[in-house]
Amino acid sequence: MKEIYLDNNATTKVDEAVFEEMRPYFCELYGNPSSMHFFGGQVQSKVTEARVRVADLLGASPDEIIFTACGTESDNAAIRSALEVFPDRKHIITSRVEHPAVLTQCRNLRQKGYRVTEIGVDGAGRLDLEELKAAVDNDTAIVSLMWANNETGVIFPVEEAAAIAKSKGALFHSDAVQAIGKIPINMAASSIDMLSLSGHKLHAPKGIGVLYLRRGTPFRPFMVGGHQEKSRRAGTENAAAIIALGKACQLAGQHMEAENTTVKAMRDRLQDALMAAIPHARINGGGAERLPNTTSIAFEFVEGEAILLLLSEFGICASSGSACTSGSLEPSHVLRAMGVPFTCAHGSIRFSLSRYTTDAEIDTVIRELPPIIARLRQMSPFGREFLEGQV
Amino acid sequence: MWDYTPIVKDHFLNPRNVGDIPDADAVGEVGSLACGDALKLYLKLDENKDKIVDAKFQTFGCASAIASSSALTEMVKGKTLDEALAVSNQDIADFLGGLPEEKMHCSVMGQEALEVAIFKYRGIEMPQHDSEHDHGPAYPDYEGEIVCKCFGITDAFLKKVIETNGLTTAEQVTNFTKAGGACGGCIPKIKELIAQVLGEATAQTRVRPEKLSNMKKMQLIQEVLERDIRPMLWADGGDLELIDIDGSKVKIAFRKACAGCASSGNTARMVEAKLRDLVAEDIVVEEVSQ
Repeated sequence: MKEIYLDNNATTKVDEAVFEEMRPYFCELYGNPSSMHFFGGQVQSKVTEARVRVADLLGASPDEIIFTACGTESDNAAIRSALEVFPDRKHIITSRVEHPAVLTQCRNLRQKGYRVTEIGVDGAGRLDLEELKAAVDNDTAIVSLMWANNETGVIFPVEEAAAIAKSKGALFHSDAVQAIGKIPINMAASSIDMLSLSGHKLHAPKGIGVLYLRRGTPFRPFMVGGHQEKSRRAGTENAAAIIALGKACQLAGQHMEAENTTVKAMRDRLQDALMAAIPHARINGGGAERLPNTTSIAFEFVEGEAILLLLSEFGICASSGSACTSGSLEPSHVLRAMGVPFTCAHGSIRFSLSRYTTDAEIDTVIRELPPIIARLRQMSPFGREFLEGQV
Repeated sequence: MWDYTPIVKDHFLNPRNVGDIPDADAVGEVGSLACGDALKLYLKLDENKDKIVDAKFQTFGCASAIASSSALTEMVKGKTLDEALAVSNQDIADFLGGLPEEKMHCSVMGQEALEVAIFKYRGIEMPQHDSEHDHGPAYPDYEGEIVCKCFGITDAFLKKVIETNGLTTAEQVTNFTKAGGACGGCIPKIKELIAQVLGEATAQTRVRPEKLSNMKKMQLIQEVLERDIRPMLWADGGDLELIDIDGSKVKIAFRKACAGCASSGNTARMVEAKLRDLVAEDIVVEEVSQ
């Protein structure tokens, strides 16, 4: 069965051109970029080229790019660095809808005596900037807020938030893992200090990430050892993956317009058609500015895992904010923070598209999903009074 | 992705007996929308009102909840009410060729709906709860004090599931009942309940023997450690290993959460007390680091 892959916020296909770019750096050009000889040197120059390509996508300088192993490492490194840089500041601010890479770390730090404030969101998933203003003080070491939410695609006003953080001398970090490659980002015109990127969300392989570190920002490394990455991240460079990421960033820049026109049009068509065909559904974060590729739709009176497995019968790959899929027992913390009613939080499905998505694939989802929802609703003991005659 | 058996997949994709029975003799309803799964079970009896001639269900929930409901209806058809009451949640899981550990609560939900339906039909009083918390109890017909406020689960229900399934850790209890799976605030209470159930199970059967040969003594020490003491430690994520027995001296080493635990001294005294109680009065427990 051919897959219809609409789960690109989870991970993406490695672009063929990206794979070709990295291929020689396993069995042929396997030198260590730190070596003095010519054999390592030729890898070094490709790593340098990759660094420039990543910097170009972000509107940054190459020396502001630190290669890491994943988005989670970048997030951890940023927050820990800020706490070491400001040993007297004991307050961390984040949001209730962050990715676990940030949220779990902050909650662990709370156990260690740090004060952690989690800023809330409204029903559409929008950040409460007033709450942020009230929370930042001279004790705040770092404010870490995601650029765009992985579940809903809702975009946060990170520039405004960064200005608020800096007014009290705190560092500002943004987990931009979902945003990079989908919406334009220009660090040259930004006041954000640190930014996390993950390669596998933009058609590079898994296992490569970036921490953007603004020039002049004080920093303490998370990984110590060798002198790699100017001693800001020790460990032999994952040269092949770095080279792949460089290529992926170059391609992301070239596809940025299509992402915001073609992909967005398919996303809009998908959600409009589903909303028209299926009663008692709502778009999570529909009222907010969102990534062009993401839509999260809540279907009342049905459970997400059952929807996903029935979609899977048609090759359709999506994800769910439901409890049952993750092994936890509560619906996603993002949907709960938004106050999505329990009646539909369990039945939320996220579709995340990419430049590989086709109109025919969208047609298949539009055709197959409404009967699946109707079938599960007929099986459900709830909501029959609301749904009578509609399923 | 969950590792569902082909039987689970079949019962999910082609569920048997979906729907309601308007003139059902017995109806059992458990779970709620807020909990994320719910089951309404309908039973139709023969003219003697003894044998189940038809069973149907309506389920809101994940694939394994739907499959468990479907399996349950297939299993009880043709059974007398007494035979149906003997169906355990493990029987439902077995019928499906097994369920992932995290999904065992789906089989528990099925068994519970069956029990509620039959008890109600027989007019057995099951006290109702006032729903003081968010979304009503998951098993409204089960007596007791609410332990898990997130999912509305009572101590009586938890003790029953712990006992019938031989559960020894809080994590297992969460997998089987969902209790403790959300905010986690009730996990200490769940551990207490496990200890209570294990304690009750052992108290009923054990008396210290009058006189023991050395060989018998060693055997009994090992038995008490395995049956009575280690399960209690497991409940807290800990464990111990028997290193040596020299006459009345029992050498143990603590493992997992017990290793390096500040109160391992107290735990060692507890082990000693238990061994003195159940084996011989002169037992001395010594903790070694190995």
